[in-house]
Amino acid sequence: MSNFAERNFLNTPAGWKSWLVTLDHKRIGLMYLYAIMTFLAVGGLIALAIRLELLNPGSDFVTADIYNRLFTLHGAIMIFLFIIPSIPAALGNIMLPVMIGAKDVALPRLNLLSWYIFCIGAFIALYSILKGGVDTGWTFYTPYSSSTETAVIAMTFGAFILGFSSIFTGINFIVTIHKLRMPGLTWFKLPLFVWGLYATAIIQVLATPVVAITLALLIMERLWGVGIFDPAMGGDPVLFQHFFWFYSHPVVYVMILPGMGIISEVIAHFSKKRIFGYRAIAFSSLGIAFLGFLVWGHHMFTSGQSEYAAMIFSMITFFVAIPSGIKIFNWLATLYNGKITLETPMLYALIFLFTFGIGGLTGIFLGAIAVDIHLHDTYFIVAHFHYTMMGGTVMAFLGGLHYWWPKIFGRMYNETHGKISAFLIFVGFNMTFIPQFFLGSQGMPRRYYMYADRFHTLNIVSTVGSWILAAGFFLMLYYLVRSIKHGKPAGANPWGIHGLEWTTPSPVPPENFLEEPKLEHGPYDYDKFMPEKTV
Amino acid sequence: MSHPAHLQHHFSDSQQQHESSKLGMWLFLVTEVLMFGGLFCAYAILRAWYPEMFFHAHKVLDVMMGSVNTVVLITSSLTMALSIHAIQNNNQKAGVKYLTVTLILASVFLIIKYFEYSHKIHLGQLPGKFYTFTGIEGNNPHLFFSMYFLMTGLHGIHVVGGMAVIYWMMRRMKRGEFSSEYYTPVEIVGLFWHLVDLIWIFLFPLFYLIG
Repeated sequence: MSNFAERNFLNTPAGWKSWLVTLDHKRIGLMYLYAIMTFLAVGGLIALAIRLELLNPGSDFVTADIYNRLFTLHGAIMIFLFIIPSIPAALGNIMLPVMIGAKDVALPRLNLLSWYIFCIGAFIALYSILKGGVDTGWTFYTPYSSSTETAVIAMTFGAFILGFSSIFTGINFIVTIHKLRMPGLTWFKLPLFVWGLYATAIIQVLATPVVAITLALLIMERLWGVGIFDPAMGGDPVLFQHFFWFYSHPVVYVMILPGMGIISEVIAHFSKKRIFGYRAIAFSSLGIAFLGFLVWGHHMFTSGQSEYAAMIFSMITFFVAIPSGIKIFNWLATLYNGKITLETPMLYALIFLFTFGIGGLTGIFLGAIAVDIHLHDTYFIVAHFHYTMMGGTVMAFLGGLHYWWPKIFGRMYNETHGKISAFLIFVGFNMTFIPQFFLGSQGMPRRYYMYADRFHTLNIVSTVGSWILAAGFFLMLYYLVRSIKHGKPAGANPWGIHGLEWTTPSPVPPENFLEEPKLEHGPYDYDKFMPEKTV
Repeated sequence: MSHPAHLQHHFSDSQQQHESSKLGMWLFLVTEVLMFGGLFCAYAILRAWYPEMFFHAHKVLDVMMGSVNTVVLITSSLTMALSIHAIQNNNQKAGVKYLTVTLILASVFLIIKYFEYSHKIHLGQLPGKFYTFTGIEGNNPHLFFSMYFLMTGLHGIHVVGGMAVIYWMMRRMKRGEFSSEYYTPVEIVGLFWHLVDLIWIFLFPLFYLIG
């Protein structure tokens, strides 16, 4: 067999028109991948602009109004257009059916519909920029969001529509995992990435409809003044926060759980070792999904909820550390005595352990009520959130992207470039966000475009860090794009590892497998035999 | 191996396809319940805050019209189920007939709703800042009508959507696409229609039968 599959899902059937009506999960996933990478770039450039403004304490480049619109746009793009769909809808869509030996997802037409709904939602959300942008922050808190002059309706209506795309992906994955596993592939033989996607899909299905109705109510509030969130009309603005966080807290687990799935894959396969604590990792995903629904009040310790409610929310928040800790320790135990190789995906997995560890532990600070009162709405929360979302999800996403890249495009990227880029991203990321922990604990509030002079030095460090981070991403863009044409052919199994997806040619054939896949062993059976590298 | 026309290529048999579609629909119904759940939650909080106002405001609703609509919708659920039963027995003619009755009943529901709405619009019993009626005791009576119009309105949108898919099923059944071998789309549309019915069964007492 040649090392590059000439007939593959990228070129069969031919012609760009066949992409517009494709039901192939790999093509839909790839279109999602292109879209979210674009939004990552847009959101990232806005972040660079924000950091540039914060280089000096005074007002330098933008006005306060523009600054408010920039951080809102950064948040909304990164949350709704990049990070929520990133791993499930792009990488998950491409890999899930292949990993369970299926020909497609269970509901391919729903999959295509979800892609078009995503496009429409993205278009409407971005239309708000033409209307002058939004200045509420991505959380759209009432009553400000129901009274500001900016384009809140376009942005929230876009997010409302994007929610349906997320719901449809979730429904599709649950049905696929229940009904389309190949014969003999029982639940506890599934790769852990599939467990991660399953837990994610449950949250998408259960939480997203609540934010849909919340945003719909906000739109009604603006259009018809229904008064439900308006204290002047007898409504309750805190109810908006409850509704919003009932979705938006669980949704951070939509962002992190599939990332944790990728980390489980990469750590086991690049340690060439049976994963330690398979069932514990699988069930801890479900545990996180479950607990995630019961902690939303920890975003509202200063919003005037009852103190007993706050205490209970605080306690359950601490419980989230248990399943998260179970995962971390099982990954560490997997590394122990493994035959570790440090290719780029593994570098990202190790970066994840470090940065997500910091993100998770600082989450415990914020879950403690008394500490949170001090740190609320400071840069500490900005740093914590970015350590979980960027240090967690984005690092896992980049790991997964590099891990499956040869499977998707059939070619290897330049490994040296990959390592340099990972190093720049690691250094740049920490340099950007570690200072923000100190700034926050010293009292620098978030969402202001000016700050007191005493915060200047740390802000310079943070902004310079953002440039290093950007350099890492630009290098990645260069070598990934280059690899599509000029990379070495990867062959079916470039890493020499287990897993069904590595038994089929690269790039994947349109029907996923050339002949019916056979299940000969579990996904992590390195003690039984060692597959061969094809590159 | 025989390969029926309705079977999509990625399923190994009809049963797998049938089960997948049904599971997908049940999950979608879960999302519907949660979406309405947000409104029910807002209702519960506002009613707990203003119990007397809700009691006084509910008197302007017409219990007779609400009751008739409840009976109409429950009957339409029955005819929907009868249609599925008919097609399961290969009786396409009866299947189409029952779907037609379902559509007629759904229209009756909407017509009655239209009269209720237009009466309230006429009197200014409207949501939020459009509320101009003056005859209701208690604080913030406009909130009652905000909830009333939002919840029955969202339900009404679902009735219209349900009618559209029922009509589509009727067309396909007339074309002879369904049989005892393959009736999955009719069945999952039926599931959806029962949920629309069920939501109304909760809305009716919460608005029309307070106190």
